[in-house]
Amino acid sequence: MDTVILKLGNDISTDDLYPGRYMATVLPAETPQFAFADRTEFNARLRAGAIPAGSIIVAGENFGCGSSREQACSTLKGHGLVVVAKSIARIFLQNSINLGLKVVLCPGLVADEGDELEFTPDHVLNRTSGHAYAQVKLPAARQGILDAGGLIPYTRKRLMAAHGMPGPAPVG
Amino acid sequence: MGMTVAEKILARAAGLAFVRAGEVVEPRVDLAMSHENAALVINQFHEVFEGTGLEPKVWDPSRVAIIFDHRVPAESPKTATNQKRIREFVAANGIAKFHDIRGDVGGICHQILPEYGYVRPGMVVVGTDSHTTSHGALGAFAFGIGATEMASVWALGRAVNVEVPETIKVVVEGDFPPMVGPKDLILRLIGLLSAQGANFKVLEFHGEAIAGMSTSGRIALCNMSVEAGATAGIVPGDLETVRYLRDEAGVLEPIPCVQPDADATYVRTVEIDVSTLEPQVACPHTVDNVKMLSEVVGTKIHQVVIGSCTNGRLDDLAAAADIVRGKKVAPGTRMLVFPASGRVFAQALDKGYVHDFMRAGAVVMNSGCGPCLGVHEGALGDGEAALSTTNRNFKGRMGNPKSEVYLCSPAVAAASALAGAIADPRA
Ligand code: SF4
Repeated sequence: MDTVILKLGNDISTDDLYPGRYMATVLPAETPQFAFADRTEFNARLRAGAIPAGSIIVAGENFGCGSSREQACSTLKGHGLVVVAKSIARIFLQNSINLGLKVVLCPGLVADEGDELEFTPDHVLNRTSGHAYAQVKLPAARQGILDAGGLIPYTRKRLMAAHGMPGPAPVG
Repeated sequence: MGMTVAEKILARAAGLAFVRAGEVVEPRVDLAMSHENAALVINQFHEVFEGTGLEPKVWDPSRVAIIFDHRVPAESPKTATNQKRIREFVAANGIAKFHDIRGDVGGICHQILPEYGYVRPGMVVVGTDSHTTSHGALGAFAFGIGATEMASVWALGRAVNVEVPETIKVVVEGDFPPMVGPKDLILRLIGLLSAQGANFKVLEFHGEAIAGMSTSGRIALCNMSVEAGATAGIVPGDLETVRYLRDEAGVLEPIPCVQPDADATYVRTVEIDVSTLEPQVACPHTVDNVKMLSEVVGTKIHQVVIGSCTNGRLDDLAAAADIVRGKKVAPGTRMLVFPASGRVFAQALDKGYVHDFMRAGAVVMNSGCGPCLGVHEGALGDGEAALSTTNRNFKGRMGNPKSEVYLCSPAVAAASALAGAIADPRA
């Protein structure tokens, strides 16, 4: 069970998650310092380590819209944050799956900051309100990448298989 | 049962006779484009090869393009060092489609790819930039991906596990009224569809207004298709596509175009008549917050920006120069102009537009992304408002979350620079 640490509205853009002026910083190890940089108070709490891993961001429609910058994913993943949104913009969703940022699609969710949520394979349970909400499955096409633990190991396996090298059989 | 343009292109690239929306395919990639974020792609690419004993080389250097545009010339040692690492990678991999920081062959990636004939109808194009949708203007299937996905493409030459998207057919009829054009059309469409109305879908453009539109205007349409969430925007290749590639990009080879089947399946059809279209303005802080110009006329503007991959081409600069020629930018308002490429800049010099802008008081900047993404020039002060021909107005997009950005056409931007407030170019 984890706590909703931040509740956001619709159309949260990648400029909000990771402002463009920090884009010269690219490495996943370095991007977390700039998460939500323009929400200075929240950014300060993240950098101070005051937000435990597993904490949940609840958002509305079209989360992560805008730029393809992958820093917007790695910056959240670096803090161990989980995103539950009504819907997620295509590139952000794919980047999340590729990098292993946990994202959950849950169009009906009602939750406020401070609520405790729990995830079952098909539902999000709001332990504070006592209600359960159905999840929408991630695109089936991406399951192989999730199963491999991300796109880098997935591609590595495919590459080795293409070169006839021993290793796990290609996924998918 | 027929196929849409996107289905036909993906079927061909996946080596299949037929695909339909929802199927999962692994298309071969014809062109893979990155800009300065190649620094991250290179990092991820090396990670893919770690422990394999294989040498990290891109699958086909002739299909990789790298263009420096986001931060040119570099604004910081960090960016300059990223650019230096990318140059080394380009040299080591023999990547010829590389456009460095130069006044002759440099420019914004989405301008360079069409201008040099790198994009052709029917291609699968991926780019580590969301506005890669621009290249659908030439009849290609072009979509944005993240850096790790690009590393995978560089290694495998394919985009893995792509779901064939559904297509929305957009039929545009009528003649544009004076001072109204493609930017107003795409803003109107985004307002109609909403910022996620086309998420995971393709916009396929048809109709007499598209047939009569220049490739430059089509690039603006496809460029901003992603602002409705679209995976891709596509104008099926036609006579204008072939004219552009032959006359402007210098392409000599045959240029086969891909048309949709008459019985293709569309998830939705949207019809727009542009003969009664008014100039449109996207208001802060979302691109789908679109209003008619008349609703926002008089709004005080501190900075006018003309340029970008959306509206930084010669016809855009011509429209703006025609309005400011012999006049003065209002005191208290700054006007910044950044041509989309070195070639466009040179043409604007030859035509005298650069003089028109400078005599009017505008600052003409080097070609590149400039103020569009709020990185290293043209920042806004607290409480200031910008009116821009770029494609995004998210909070903080131009570098300051305490400022506002409005989006419009070059004609509205130029007229507003003279007035110091949002103004109607027809007045
Ligand atoms: S001009 Fe703006 S929208 Fe276009 S590629 Fe550059 S930053 Fe992106």
